Amino acid sequence: MKLEYLKNVTTLAFSAEQCIGCGKCEEVCPHGVFIVTDQRARIVHQDGCIECGACALNCPANAIEVHAGVGCAAAIIKGWLTGGEPTCDCSSSDCC
Amino acid sequence: MNLNNFCCAESTCCPANTSRGVVAVVPTTLSLKDFLGGCKVRWGIGRMHYVVKPGLYGVGKPDENSPVLVSANYKLTFDTLRKNLSGLDCWLLILDTKGVNVWCAAGKGTFGTEELIHRIKETGVSAIVAHRRLILPQLGASGVNSNEVSRRSGFSVVFGPVRARDIRRFIADGCAATRAMRTVEFTAFDRLVLTPVELVAAAKTSLPVFGVLFLINLFAARQFGAFDLAAYLGAVVIGTVLTPLLLPVIPGKAFAWKGWILGLIWSIAALWLFGWFSSGFWRLAVGYLLLLPSVSAYLAMNFTGSSTYTSPSGVLREMKIALPLIMGAAVIGTALVLAQSILG
Repeated sequence: MKLEYLKNVTTLAFSAEQCIGCGKCEEVCPHGVFIVTDQRARIVHQDGCIECGACALNCPANAIEVHAGVGCAAAIIKGWLTGGEPTCDCSSSDCC
Repeated sequence: MNLNNFCCAESTCCPANTSRGVVAVVPTTLSLKDFLGGCKVRWGIGRMHYVVKPGLYGVGKPDENSPVLVSANYKLTFDTLRKNLSGLDCWLLILDTKGVNVWCAAGKGTFGTEELIHRIKETGVSAIVAHRRLILPQLGASGVNSNEVSRRSGFSVVFGPVRARDIRRFIADGCAATRAMRTVEFTAFDRLVLTPVELVAAAKTSLPVFGVLFLINLFAARQFGAFDLAAYLGAVVIGTVLTPLLLPVIPGKAFAWKGWILGLIWSIAALWLFGWFSSGFWRLAVGYLLLLPSVSAYLAMNFTGSSTYTSPSGVLREMKIALPLIMGAAVIGTALVLAQSILG
């Protein structure tokens, strides 16, 4: 059975005009969000995106933007409590 | 973090002589101690100090043309990698990820561009190999900017498969990964091995609660007993073990919802089993029906941190709805349960 999370939430944004078709996004994405055909990437599975940020970080053309972070409730609560960005500090908690 | 705590000292043997001196060669078989060590950290024992020394290692009989694989210095990661390398001659460039696995370390940035460039320089790997190519685990890509590494170190970065078990095929196929090798899974076994750590963490958090209940018992009209403990532990196991295991078959998508549903079923069963549906216990019954599913829901929601398919935006949306409901139900539920105990 396939595991799928909430739909229409990801901050992933892709600019086809800037894409140079290098295929790096397809290479790094762990959920098959991108496919490159005819020298151009396109998003084929937007809701699979977990916002890990690998594609945006490795895109040489800056064609991808995503608000990257950890999908971890404990990290988000910690971020609220400390007033900072959600961080996944696994030293004592159960995340990761 | 004490990096002198070098756990894999006895796993090393037969040093490889290189132009940069001697490099330790590690075996591709795990000892009983490695296996038991892996079991311990799965239960959260010494998990943050299970490290190997960062640096360069050899596997098999590596030479200047052998591939260089990059990984993290969490010993469980290191062991998983090397046991999948039998028959290969290669180098392992181990980054200092503070004893954290590749994916989580990449998220934090410790398995990152800077550390990789630093480690390339520090180990002098460019003098040891003739080629200029590094194979990184694909899940390291969220921390490593491959373009920047190439520009600043001269080494090109190839992202290998997600799982160490596919590494040999990846290399044999000329560094080509299939779509399956590039896709993260979350199998029942993947989920199962993650549950002990969750259970231990929840148990640790529960201990002060037991202390408080013990104090209340000193003057309570209705004392907390084995049935209360069983009802609560059931809710904890539901949230930390059963919900993760049954994740794909429980209806719905939000983790808190999945935990709450199972928690509610358990609560009803426990109340019926322990005879708390009788009229004298209405506060206890309503209290536990509110409290116990909330406990399961909260713990299940925390499993988003262990899952491989949740986005921060999704978790945030789930939490904004679930957390106020969980807190509200838990507060009212606790008040009712305490009222039953104190007033009788």
